[in-house]
Amino acid sequence: MVCPPPAQLSSLTLLGFGDCGWGATLLWGFGNSLMIALGAYAIGFCIGVSGAFGKLYGGPVAKDLLAVYTTIVRAVPELVLILILYYAVPALINQVLLGLGYERINLPQFITGVVVLAVVQGAYQIEVLRGAILAVPQGQIEAARAMGMPPVMLARRITLPLMTSNAIPGLGNLWLNATKDTALLAVIGFTELTKATFQASATTKAFFTFYGAAMALYMAISLISILIFARLEKRSRRGQREQRA
Amino acid sequence: MRDFLNLRRVIMIGIAVGLVAWCAYALRWDWLANPKYQSMMLRGLWQTIWMLVVTMVIGFALAIPIGFVQAAGPRWLAWPARVFCSVIRGTPLLMQIWLLYYGIGSLFPSIPWIRDSAMWPILRQAWPYAVLALSLSVAGYEGEVLRGAFKSVPHGQLEAARAMGMPRFTLFRRIWLPQAIQRVLPTIGGETVLQLKSTPLISTITIMEIYDVAGRVRRDTLVVYEPLLLLALTYMIITAMIVLLFKWFESRFPSKVA
Repeated sequence: MVCPPPAQLSSLTLLGFGDCGWGATLLWGFGNSLMIALGAYAIGFCIGVSGAFGKLYGGPVAKDLLAVYTTIVRAVPELVLILILYYAVPALINQVLLGLGYERINLPQFITGVVVLAVVQGAYQIEVLRGAILAVPQGQIEAARAMGMPPVMLARRITLPLMTSNAIPGLGNLWLNATKDTALLAVIGFTELTKATFQASATTKAFFTFYGAAMALYMAISLISILIFARLEKRSRRGQREQRA
Repeated sequence: MRDFLNLRRVIMIGIAVGLVAWCAYALRWDWLANPKYQSMMLRGLWQTIWMLVVTMVIGFALAIPIGFVQAAGPRWLAWPARVFCSVIRGTPLLMQIWLLYYGIGSLFPSIPWIRDSAMWPILRQAWPYAVLALSLSVAGYEGEVLRGAFKSVPHGQLEAARAMGMPRFTLFRRIWLPQAIQRVLPTIGGETVLQLKSTPLISTITIMEIYDVAGRVRRDTLVVYEPLLLLALTYMIITAMIVLLFKWFESRFPSKVA
């Protein structure tokens, strides 16, 4: 079907799922953005937890290396890091594969995007989680040690549950950053929500329709996330005394 | 110093120096000698720093009223300010930049009196949109911080000023604003670093700042990593300078907050 010129179409048709609408493209981009953010956040959380414990209880070399990692990542713009890692990660993986005698592979853009954002997220999460661990009352950890609890059990039973309420506000902010950072992948040509919006609006010239819709989607994620994190924090603080100003 | 430089650190620094030496020796740096790229890099650096300073100043100036009306303004002013802050903080900066540049930028040519006005040669360029987008971003984030700062100024201070018969504007200028700014001073350094890290986004709307220069060098010479590594190093140096500057700046102000 041949579409009439975009200027003759209503905003609703343009955003719809019909042959002349871009709804499917936008929604596909939105899904991509969400999946990348979720993946990067999850991997970043693993980096963050192990990094935070490493920074506090690790050996001297581990501490120094982690300090270098968090400092560099937080001092260099995400866009530059993404670009460097975008070339470096696949090259590194292929080097390893070639070294092991396998064929080189083409890493899907999606996975590269997730890994790259996870490396960035990890550095910030280390700092948030480290602060949260430091805010756990020292006596609790000492008591557990005095009972002869092994380190992993101590982390699982004492440190992690007690630090949750301190970490949630910071982790919530980082989740919002993760969703917004997915937009940076548009610069390297990955079709997430921002790129999809750009394509749709550049083709139809209906800039405000598409940017309005995409901004509403981003706002929806962040408002819903803020609500969820507020509930999580309330839940994790149950049983704690109310803070009075 | 003794504590910092033990054997392990010396070895690590040695490894780092070795890495840098390897980079300098094994990678391609011949493009650095090209005077064309040298002047491009200097201009890019200037553009980045200029953008950073201008947008921080404009953004902070906008953030003061935005924060104030949220803390103490009437509801019909507080609500729009609130919505503004949420939208700025809830959507990606890249999208805001593109909306302003492509959206509003495409709207202007269709309005005759703007096309004919003296402003048109300026509005045709990209930098006004970049300055606007980056300033609004600072205003949104810092406005939220200032809202808390205005609220946290002790009531007694304001009541005392009122009891002395101070006019409302003098009260704001002499009592309320200075104490609020004193509270946000420590956050401005961090905000400046964040803003520096946002500046590469404006290269997507054809502004030739330092990130864009690195991209051009890469396209011209087909060198993949080297310009990016130098770029990362440049950003780290600028970040370090900002951090040191604000440390010095803060040490000059008494930071006694009740």
